[in-house]
Amino acid sequence: MRNVFLFIRKYSNFLFFLLLQMTALSFLFRYNNYHEAAFMNVAGEFTGSINQRYSKVEYYFRLKNINEQLEAENLHLNQLLRQNYERPDGNEKAVMDTVQTDSLREIRKYTWLGAKVVGSTVNTQLNFITIHRGSLQDVRPNMGVMSPQGIVGTVVNVSDNYASVMTLLHRQYKVVVKLKNGGERGTVEWDGISPMFVTLKDIPKSAKLQKGDSVVTSPTSSLFPGNLMVGTIAEIVDDKSSNFYTLKVKPATNFFNVEYVYVIANTQFVEQKRLEDSTRKKFQ
Amino acid sequence: MSELLKNILRFILFIGVQVFILFKMPPLHRFISPYLYYLYILWLPFSMTRAALMGVAFLFGLSLDYFMHTPGLHAAACVLIAYLRPFVVNMLISQEGADKNYLSPSITSMGWAPYFTYVFVLTLFHHGYLVFLEWMSFGSFLYFIGKVIATTGISMLLILLTELLFFRKEKFRTNTV
Repeated sequence: MRNVFLFIRKYSNFLFFLLLQMTALSFLFRYNNYHEAAFMNVAGEFTGSINQRYSKVEYYFRLKNINEQLEAENLHLNQLLRQNYERPDGNEKAVMDTVQTDSLREIRKYTWLGAKVVGSTVNTQLNFITIHRGSLQDVRPNMGVMSPQGIVGTVVNVSDNYASVMTLLHRQYKVVVKLKNGGERGTVEWDGISPMFVTLKDIPKSAKLQKGDSVVTSPTSSLFPGNLMVGTIAEIVDDKSSNFYTLKVKPATNFFNVEYVYVIANTQFVEQKRLEDSTRKKFQ
Repeated sequence: MSELLKNILRFILFIGVQVFILFKMPPLHRFISPYLYYLYILWLPFSMTRAALMGVAFLFGLSLDYFMHTPGLHAAACVLIAYLRPFVVNMLISQEGADKNYLSPSITSMGWAPYFTYVFVLTLFHHGYLVFLEWMSFGSFLYFIGKVIATTGISMLLILLTELLFFRKEKFRTNTV
C-alpha cells in the first residue's frame, strides 16, 4: 500500500497530465459523435453574449451590404407575387386563400424564423456560426438555416437564447441537394481546401449539366423545403474511373458577411425521423 | 500591477485577440491558421508548479474551445505544452539560476537564441498535437505535415512580432530566491 502512495506521489504530475488529457479528449470525441458537448449549453450562453457584444460593432460597418441583400431578396419575392399575373378576361380575379388548412388538406410543413448572426468563423476546418435565437425562441437541433442568398447549414446545439449552426464549411457537414435542371440528387460536403467552394458528389454521369447550373435543396433532406438555392456549378471534374461526377460548387451564401438568417422549422421532422429510424431497425 | 492580475488580464486579452482578430481574418490557405493564443502559457511565471501550470493551461484551452465549438481540442494541446514546458526550460536555460533570478521566460531572462528555441519546440508540439487530433477525424498525411509546417511558420512570425511590439522588461531579482 505504501508503495502505491509513493508511486502516486512520485508520478503525480504525469498522472495529472494524463487525467487532463483524458478529460479533454473525452470532451472532444463525445462532441464529434453526438453533437452534444459537455457544458456546451452553459458555455454557449456565455460565449454567445460576448460574441453578440462584438458583433454590434461589426454590424454597423456591414449595413450597406445588408441593405443590398435585402433589396435583392425583396425584388425576388415581388417577382413571385400573384398580382403580377393577370388574365386578359376581366371577369376573373385571382384570389389568394390565406387559410392555412384548406379543403384540399394542405398543411403547413415549414415555418420560418428570423435570427441575427452574432458570431462566425470561416478559417478553420470546423466552422460554425452562432445565432441569437435559442430554445426559448423555438429553435431546436436539426433545423435548417438559410441566408437571404442560399442555405447556410444546420442547427446542432441550442442554449436558452443562442444556437450553434454547423455551416456548409464544416468537414463533417453533409446535405442532400439536387440539380435544378435535371433533378438528379447528390450530396454536398466540404473538402476543407477553400472556403469559396464546396464539393457535390454522387451525380450520375447521365445527368446533363454545364458550368453555371444551379444546385438547389432537395425535399428529401427533410431539413429544407425543396428548391432553395445552394450554389452554382463552378467546375466539372470528370473522373474516368467513376460513374459519378465530382462537381465543384460555389455556394450562393457569402459566409464572410452573413448577418441575418432564417431558421427553417420542419413541423414533421420528428415524425419522419422516427419512421425512417424504425424502418432501418426493422431490416437490420 | 500584481503578477496575478497581470496574468488574468493576459488570459482575457489572448483569448479575445485569437477569437475576434486572428480567427476573423480572411483565410489565406487551408494549411495556415494563425495561432498566437498559446503564447500565454509560454509567458507564465517560472515559479508555478507543474500541476498549476497544467491546470491553468487546461482552463485556458477550454475557454478558447467553447468559442470555437471544439470542446477539448485546444485544451488537450495546451495541457501537453504545459506539461513539457519545464523540461524544455531546464534544457535551455543558459545562466545558472536564471529561472530563480527572473520571473518568467522571456528574451531578457533566457537570451534570444534559447528563448526562440524554447518557443519553437513548444510551438511544434502544440501544432503537431492539434493537427494530429484533426487528422484523426479527417484529412490525410499531407494535410498533417503541410499544416504543421505552415502553421508553425506563421505562429513563429506572430510571436516574433508580439515580442518586439510588447517587449517585456524582466527585472533582475537578487538571488536570495
